[in-house]
Amino acid sequence: MFGGFGENVRVALTGLGANKLRSSLTMLGITIGVAAVIVLVSLGQAVETFVRGQFLGLGTNLILVFPAEDSRGVTIRLTLDEVEALDDPLRVPDGLYVMPQLNLTRVAAFNGREAQGRVRGVTDEFPTMRSRAVAAGRFFDRTEVDGLARVAVIGTTVVDRLFPETYPIGQTFRLGDVNFRVIGVMENASSPNPFAGDENDLIFVPITTASTRLSGERDLRGDRPITSVLVQARGEDSISMAAAQIRQTLREERGISFRDEDTFEIFTQDDLLESLGQITGLLTIFLAIIAGISLLVGGIGIMNIMLVTVTERTREIGLRKAVGAQKNDILMQFLIEAMVLSLLGGGIGVGIALSGALLVSSLSAELAVRVQPESILLATAISIGIGVFFGIYPANRAASLNPIDALRYE
Amino acid sequence: MVSLFKRRGGRRDDVPVDVQGRRAVIEIQGVTKTYAMGDIEVHALRGVDLTIYEGEFVSIMGPSGSGKSTLMNILGALDQPTSGAYRLDGVDVSRLSESDLAKVRNKKIGFVFQNFNLLKRTTAQRQVELPLIYAGAGGRSRKAKAALESVGLGQRLNHLPSELSGGQQQRVAIARALVNEPAMILADEPTGNLDSRSGAEVLQIFQTLNRERGITVVFVTHDSWIARHTQRVIMLRDGQIVADAPIAEPLIAGHNERPSMEDEMEAVLKTVYYGGKEEEYT
Ligand SMILES: Nc1ncnc2c1ncn2[C@@H]1O[C@H](COP(=O)(O)OP(=O)(O)OP(=O)(O)O)[C@@H](O)[C@H]1O
Ligand SMILES: [Mg+2]
Repeated sequence: MFGGFGENVRVALTGLGANKLRSSLTMLGITIGVAAVIVLVSLGQAVETFVRGQFLGLGTNLILVFPAEDSRGVTIRLTLDEVEALDDPLRVPDGLYVMPQLNLTRVAAFNGREAQGRVRGVTDEFPTMRSRAVAAGRFFDRTEVDGLARVAVIGTTVVDRLFPETYPIGQTFRLGDVNFRVIGVMENASSPNPFAGDENDLIFVPITTASTRLSGERDLRGDRPITSVLVQARGEDSISMAAAQIRQTLREERGISFRDEDTFEIFTQDDLLESLGQITGLLTIFLAIIAGISLLVGGIGIMNIMLVTVTERTREIGLRKAVGAQKNDILMQFLIEAMVLSLLGGGIGVGIALSGALLVSSLSAELAVRVQPESILLATAISIGIGVFFGIYPANRAASLNPIDALRYE
Repeated sequence: MVSLFKRRGGRRDDVPVDVQGRRAVIEIQGVTKTYAMGDIEVHALRGVDLTIYEGEFVSIMGPSGSGKSTLMNILGALDQPTSGAYRLDGVDVSRLSESDLAKVRNKKIGFVFQNFNLLKRTTAQRQVELPLIYAGAGGRSRKAKAALESVGLGQRLNHLPSELSGGQQQRVAIARALVNEPAMILADEPTGNLDSRSGAEVLQIFQTLNRERGITVVFVTHDSWIARHTQRVIMLRDGQIVADAPIAEPLIAGHNERPSMEDEMEAVLKTVYYGGKEEEYT
């Protein structure tokens, strides 16, 4: 039937081989398009895996509360009194842990070395809530928090800057005008993350110490302001409940009437994932447009070259018809040629995408770009589809030639 | 071969038979072919009646532009007449569908062209397999080999057209024409592009096919010496048959020395002279 499928493939390959440059230029569009499609799918998956991994490292079921501007454009900072209200199990029953955070910048000095120190005041619940551990020494405990102890747990970058030659634990260094004793070094945080930033250059101190000895700042009512509050919900299902309870409590605390907007913002990890998803979504759309355009251009290129081929081989078509080729035989011959062209182009695209994935994976340990078999399947289907779609018109044109006109064609 | 037309009523039984009891392979009546060239009409054929019986060896002669190729293309089912009837093996060709015409070209007719019409970059063996592929036939390589051997190219199976002489290329084309065992072979100036020695070889092949296998052969030639090797000469002029006569004693290819131009001309004119100028025959 159809003069033999294998025969057609053989004829197509011979024809393409005779015009190597022309064939490869034609395949380029499909190659780029298919590579883009695979990169699109694989990169999207890699980024998602990466982001999920980041959030897993952050600790689970976290809610972050930030101050926001009120209707007059004044930012009302969160206070320790408000943290206490949030810690009340009657008002926020779905909150498991509530931890205030205060970010400060102070010059850190040790043994003649100085560095800009990013200080974060937290409570002893930090390691639990954030799934972080110390690499050496220990984190400060409840007593030290309550007792305004001048102890610090430092990140690995801080160790490099301040204690390049000294074992840091037990050492006393200056933070602003206050002396602190290093009691622990945090385990390396895998990488900067969107929820907490780079945590390796942080100096953790008890929040009580930070807000009294380091800052001493008080707001108009005499409360000690903090930067943000981190709340851990009881479980995955109670995150939105907890967020609602936090909102209700803070509105009551701040006496916000039902007409007015919140003067604070509540972020859950889902919110962040969502906004990140929007960014990756944008990237996906961008790549999809590139892929789509390349495939379209590639398809038109195939159609163009097939029309040229049909014209060049008019006499061959005439001869084939003269020795008994059916319309379908000619149609299949040129359709298969178009498909071989687009499949070869697609195959090279798959190869490029595979080596690109290997390259990215070898450059960055974090972003494991893996090409899924599904995307190779998708690419193959797209290639065949393009071959058929853009090849059918030239092939049909060849098949419809009248034998004697084709034979006489000059 | 016979089964091809079964569903269209089968073979007709009123096929004319000649004195020797041979059935008609080709019957055309009142065939005309008119080409429209802008405003003017070119009448390439102006009413041709012709019957060719199975096993005949016929040459068609005539001045350039007399309609020989036009007639051959119609006989070969490559082209359709403007009017008139054409029955091939008793089947009305003008009523066949495009698909059935392709089958006729594939199985019933072997066409040989002046310019060989071989596929580029394709070995002799593959060229000859082509009609078998479209016929969906099995044992392709064996049959192709046999056909090439019968034209004396058994040693050239894997040669490309560019690696063969003109005569060898034409012999590949003949092998391709006969590989499906057609009822007849049509050849439009098969020796036109060949030197006289290669031409004689091709002629010899045709003669052998006709004599030993009974294949009907019709070919166009300008060469009256070659025409004298056939059994019957048909003379066309201005789209009409002006003479149709048997050759009294057909020559056997390779057995006779080619005579001088004058002698040769005289010999043909004795049989088929129709009153035109002598120069028209060259
Ligand atoms: N496709 C065509 N369109 C228009 N006119 C044509 C076409 N084919 C042939 N003709 C005309 O028909 C007439 C017969 O042409 P044909 O090719 O049959 O001649 P011929 O006898 O084969 O000549 P030659 O010996 O030169 O091959 C010529 O006048 C030619 O110009
Ligand atoms: Mg001619």
